[in-house]
Amino acid sequence: MKLRQWLIALSALAYARRRRRREQPGPQPDGSHHRARLSRSPGDGRLVPPVPADRRAEHLVAVLLVVAALFAAGFVVVYAELEPSTLTNQLLGVCIAGSLACVAAALAVLARRLVVTEELEEDYPEPDPQAQDEVAELVREGAGGITRRRLLVGAAATAGGALGLAGLTPLLSLGPLWDTTPLQATPWHRGRRLVDTGGAPLRAADIEEETFYAAFAEGAEPDEIASLLVLVRMSPSALRLPPGRADWAPEGILAYSRICTHAGCAIELYRKPRFPALEPKPALVCPCHYSTFDPATGATVIFGPAGRPLPQLPLLIDASGYLAAAGNFSERVGPGWWGVREEPS
Amino acid sequence: MSDRIQDPVRFIDERTGAAPALRKALRYLFPDHWSFLLGEIALYAFLVLVLTGTYLALFFEPSVGKTVYHGPYAPLDGTQMSEAYRSVVEISLTYKAGLLIRQTHHWAADVFIAAIVIHLMRVFFTGAYRRPRELTWLIGLALLFTSLLEGYLGYSLVDDLLSGIGLAIGYGVLLSVPIIGGPLGVLLFGSAFPGKGVLESRMYIAHVFLIPALLAMLIGAHLALVAARHHTQFRRDRRHTDRRLVGIPLFPAQAPRSLALLFAVMAVLFLLGGLVQINPIWQWGPFEPWLATNGAQPDWYLGWLIGALRLMPSFDVVVGHYTLIPNPFWGGVAFPLFVLGVLATFPWLERLLTRDVRAHNVLDRPREAPTRTAFGVAFLSWIFLIFAFGASDRLYVLFGVSYETLLDVFRFAIWVVPAVLFVLVRLLCRELGHTDRIERERDCAEREAGQAGAAAGAPGRVESRA
Repeated sequence: MKLRQWLIALSALAYARRRRRREQPGPQPDGSHHRARLSRSPGDGRLVPPVPADRRAEHLVAVLLVVAALFAAGFVVVYAELEPSTLTNQLLGVCIAGSLACVAAALAVLARRLVVTEELEEDYPEPDPQAQDEVAELVREGAGGITRRRLLVGAAATAGGALGLAGLTPLLSLGPLWDTTPLQATPWHRGRRLVDTGGAPLRAADIEEETFYAAFAEGAEPDEIASLLVLVRMSPSALRLPPGRADWAPEGILAYSRICTHAGCAIELYRKPRFPALEPKPALVCPCHYSTFDPATGATVIFGPAGRPLPQLPLLIDASGYLAAAGNFSERVGPGWWGVREEPS
Repeated sequence: MSDRIQDPVRFIDERTGAAPALRKALRYLFPDHWSFLLGEIALYAFLVLVLTGTYLALFFEPSVGKTVYHGPYAPLDGTQMSEAYRSVVEISLTYKAGLLIRQTHHWAADVFIAAIVIHLMRVFFTGAYRRPRELTWLIGLALLFTSLLEGYLGYSLVDDLLSGIGLAIGYGVLLSVPIIGGPLGVLLFGSAFPGKGVLESRMYIAHVFLIPALLAMLIGAHLALVAARHHTQFRRDRRHTDRRLVGIPLFPAQAPRSLALLFAVMAVLFLLGGLVQINPIWQWGPFEPWLATNGAQPDWYLGWLIGALRLMPSFDVVVGHYTLIPNPFWGGVAFPLFVLGVLATFPWLERLLTRDVRAHNVLDRPREAPTRTAFGVAFLSWIFLIFAFGASDRLYVLFGVSYETLLDVFRFAIWVVPAVLFVLVRLLCRELGHTDRIERERDCAEREAGQAGAAAGAPGRVESRA
């Protein structure tokens, strides 16, 4: 109740102040803070002061507008006459920009020389405590007949929530609401061959050191992310693979998932030292955020933001010398999520 | 007797009752200061975006179904690619004026967000967000962050190599949301990245309808709130107070100025679109998930997120077998949300700290609020340094400093530089404020002396404009 008294006092004050102000006009005789009527100049009774005629400015505006029209016509001519090319594009851009710039210039001259720039004053709008009070009162009194307000609010919230849920339900057709199986899918199993970008099977003998290859699962869909491999050959004596992976790299040929474990870009850089004495060892690098993996040690992270090594695919060389998987990846493929570290099934 | 102006006015007013509102609107006062035009530049860039975007939508094919390109661009002739990419290559190289409109659209997006950011800085450093304009500030922030998403979707639609890399990173960031990230990614992309082709139409409807409609509504609300409380103003002389607004009326003075700015913005954007190449997608080639490229950079307004992703040290937060917080979450989600949170709560934080709860219509000069200005400069420098590291591979090419060294330097600098700047800027503001006070006192003294002189009948300076 104290609040209410305060509000009434405030509104009375504000009202009185407004009355006072209306009685004494502001310091500027233009009186533009009067809301209802605009003030007129005491001399000639005009609302907007006259601006002296400026023939030269008028001519300038006319010339600018004509030039704008010429540029626009130029645009049409270029469009009609020239074949698509870099030059056509440049001419079209210059024509349309020239036309727009001339209109802008004409308007600027108009603003400066042909219309009056009056500096006026007015009061900032102020909140009306009386109106605020009355709105609150209207709401309070209008809803005053409802006695079991809590019950009704609860029921309305229930209805609204249920309706909203029902309305959103068709969106479930967009996709599975809670399905992580696509994140775990892999085309690899023992014996599945590796193919190159053209789909031809890869022979172990064709894989050279000091470069890297893209490889895919034979017959896999091109957009199957777990199919994508990066393939390198290193000297078997240089390998320091984690325990249990001794036979994963026949002849020193290593296959890792091509998808960076940080944010999912493709591993597209192979850093091979040109001056081994000065430069660091060979590394697989993602060009997006420069996560860097050491192929000799099972693609452990040696630099950059990635939190997991690249999953390694165990390889075998079949009887005819072709490369094939000897099993599934060591870990799940792709950027991290809740279940990425679970044991692959 | 007929009157060419009065008759239509009467016709409209009799049928709509618009005359009183129009009378008020034509006399709406605009404070005359160049910095109030920054928001207008963003508005006009948005207009250009809608116009050019509508044109592009007539030719764009939102599908990643496979097709083979045959056309004037020889290096891609006979290449298999998506319908989406083929249609953008054709917009760029086959249709007359297509490249102009596409490049203007791209430039307008970059300028739109740049104008919003600079406008935000002006509003921040002058304290324009204070009571009674907190809602305007919040809507402005919503506009900025919605625009970032809109821009990202726009260049992701094209399905060239660069946009595919951007989408891959977006997918990685989405998956990194704790617990729900994985299923959310599958839901949105329709499967594991790159998905089964459902994403393109989802991004398309969002980019051309849902988000632009949201942006238009937010812009409408932003402008309505500005008009409802009127513009803020700088204190140029004694007439400018928190109660009294000084400005030039919409008509006739402001209207041609604003229109001139509209045409000037359009002229600049079309000139850029015509002469300055941007995102030549035919050179990047179609996206394949097994491809990426070195030196790839996003549009400028996403650089801060790339920088944050790159700066994070290598770790995942792991609980048992489960990965609670994968690494990209920090740079891609937590960092922008933190920036948004600080900006959104700033008006209330400041009120808590300064206990200044009054309504303000007169702006501060940055020096008049040393702590706010110092905090703003420090916060901006923090974001800017992270942004700069987003181009760290370019910095390496430019300056020849190794990436590893740059990483160490930036990891240090992003904390030290803002702290140093905070102290320095605060000192500088206080010093400037001190000088201001001395000048004001001298002015006052001179005025009093002048008035005393005038009263005594001597010719003196009567009025001096501060």
